[in-house]
Amino acid sequence: MNLNPSENLIDTATENLPGPAVSEKPGSPELATKIETRDLNFFYGPMQALFGISIKIAERSVTALIGPSGCGKSTFLRTINRMNDIIEGTRITGTVYLENESIYDPQVDVVELRKKVGMVFQKSNPFPKTIFDNVAYGPRVTGIKNKNELEEIVERSLKQSAIWDEVKDRLNSSALALSGGQQQRLCIARTLATNPEVILMDEPASALDPGSTSRIEDLIYKLKQEYTIVIVTHNMQQAARVSDSTAFFYQGELIEFGLTETLFRSPREKKTEDYITGRFG
Amino acid sequence: MNQAGLQYKRRLKRRHLVSRMFAIICIISTWFGLLVVALLLIGLMFKATGIFDITASSQTELRNWLTPHLLTNHMSSHPEKAGMVAGIWGSFWLMVMTGFFSIPLGVGAAVYLEEYSRENLFTKFIRLNIANLAGVPSIVFGILGLTVFARMFSLFHDFPPIGIPVGIGMIKIPIPFGRTLLTGSLTLSLMILPIIIIASQEALRSVPQSIRHASLALGATKWQTIWHQVLPASLPGILTGTILALSRAIGETAPLIVIGAVSFTVYNPGNMEHVSDYLTKPEVLLTVPSSDFTVMPLQIWNWGTKPQPEFQDLASAAIIVLLLVLLCMNGLAVFLRHHYGKRLDW
Repeated sequence: MNLNPSENLIDTATENLPGPAVSEKPGSPELATKIETRDLNFFYGPMQALFGISIKIAERSVTALIGPSGCGKSTFLRTINRMNDIIEGTRITGTVYLENESIYDPQVDVVELRKKVGMVFQKSNPFPKTIFDNVAYGPRVTGIKNKNELEEIVERSLKQSAIWDEVKDRLNSSALALSGGQQQRLCIARTLATNPEVILMDEPASALDPGSTSRIEDLIYKLKQEYTIVIVTHNMQQAARVSDSTAFFYQGELIEFGLTETLFRSPREKKTEDYITGRFG
Repeated sequence: MNQAGLQYKRRLKRRHLVSRMFAIICIISTWFGLLVVALLLIGLMFKATGIFDITASSQTELRNWLTPHLLTNHMSSHPEKAGMVAGIWGSFWLMVMTGFFSIPLGVGAAVYLEEYSRENLFTKFIRLNIANLAGVPSIVFGILGLTVFARMFSLFHDFPPIGIPVGIGMIKIPIPFGRTLLTGSLTLSLMILPIIIIASQEALRSVPQSIRHASLALGATKWQTIWHQVLPASLPGILTGTILALSRAIGETAPLIVIGAVSFTVYNPGNMEHVSDYLTKPEVLLTVPSSDFTVMPLQIWNWGTKPQPEFQDLASAAIIVLLLVLLCMNGLAVFLRHHYGKRLDW
């Protein structure tokens, strides 16, 4: 864990930011709430992993989830696209709203939900198929077969995720031949191809070298013009650099949530301060 | 050197000795198996080609039995005219039909167990019993096949055959199935089903969870995830297991004797007289499932039990043909595993 004082974190962060417009900051009146949870509790069998999480995430912003390992931030992330449903013996109480829809309602189609709420995983996980087939997979499973349409979607998604120039000449070669950083951007492109509203990222750069990491961060910054992004990260400089607001989780509870700048510069809670200054975690 | 040092040195010497001896024992174990198989093969080769026969009496005529006749002629009471063509075609159709029944059932069951079922007492019970079934002697499956398929518990008398319409005509299936290829293939399917299920389960398990998660997170349904991602990625493993299971089935004799497969016949399945019949008279194909049949191991058994030494040598030649077929099937399995396994380096 980096032991830089929090002030330094914020300084580097603001230097690296290409200067976001004031209106894009969360909490300002123009940005509507995209995701809201109310008193969300989550259980793995008898073990409770999340305790009464209530949070409002603004649309077209980047929200970072930070906290020590096992604090529930990844679990929280996966409640937003119901990926936790896959794990046997999990249980949830409380509500999660995507816009005005409660996504745990019985009539909600989880397949449709996951198309709207895309996800990028910690370890890049391209399918053992060609680059083209990887990106076209999302649209294809929804039933799009028209080749021109698919080509258009693939090109748009790869351009959006800033990897088009690197792969445009080898769309038909295996995605597994790409480097780790390229694979992760390909996974982002694959998510964008389904035209999601929200993108969840679970430590997307934790396994990447610094160059690839900064490319992913630039990408996140660019993508928030159109998408709502929630990112789990262990790297506090990264949280400071890319996010508009930050939520600090500790032992399954949401300790503090606010504008990134405020949270890093003058945290309200003692625990937050201890964590971001590297005293534990 | 002090006392402890000397003792250490002495022990060290012994430790090295034990280590070397263990290596030698392992090498002997390996070579024992290899040598016995090699001796068998060489003996078979010599017998089949007439170079040398240690079991032959002085008046036996030594000659090469590995001739094209062996592959094209029917059974005959004259060893020099006898061939195993009916067995070759019987084995071929038996494998095609066994694969047709066992692959969808086996892979389907494996997909259910690995992808859909939740861990509970019922599925644990099923898993345990599949593993047990794989160890059941084949003759037990033969008796099962005789009762269930060949005789159908003697429930049906003078029952008209059932016609199944296909593109070019009707497949007529007698009820009960009797001693037909259909009975044989269903019986062998039951026998190899546990092997296919276990191999497929392992292949499915080797597909990383991250692939399933990626597909589900993109809004694919469970079925799409299985069909487009999990099954293609596990296909090499499934195919390898299936081919190995089929090569066990192709060498089976006991269950086929029990269900009443004939060991002496001069007809190919569907009364086909020449290979081209399958193309020029496709209606021949329709009668394949309901025809009597023999298979290579049965012919070998038939020849091997005859008193004349010439038939014994003929059996050796037939064994070599059967072994070559087996070798090709296993080679295909190895090829599939290596060729497709390499591309899937997670």
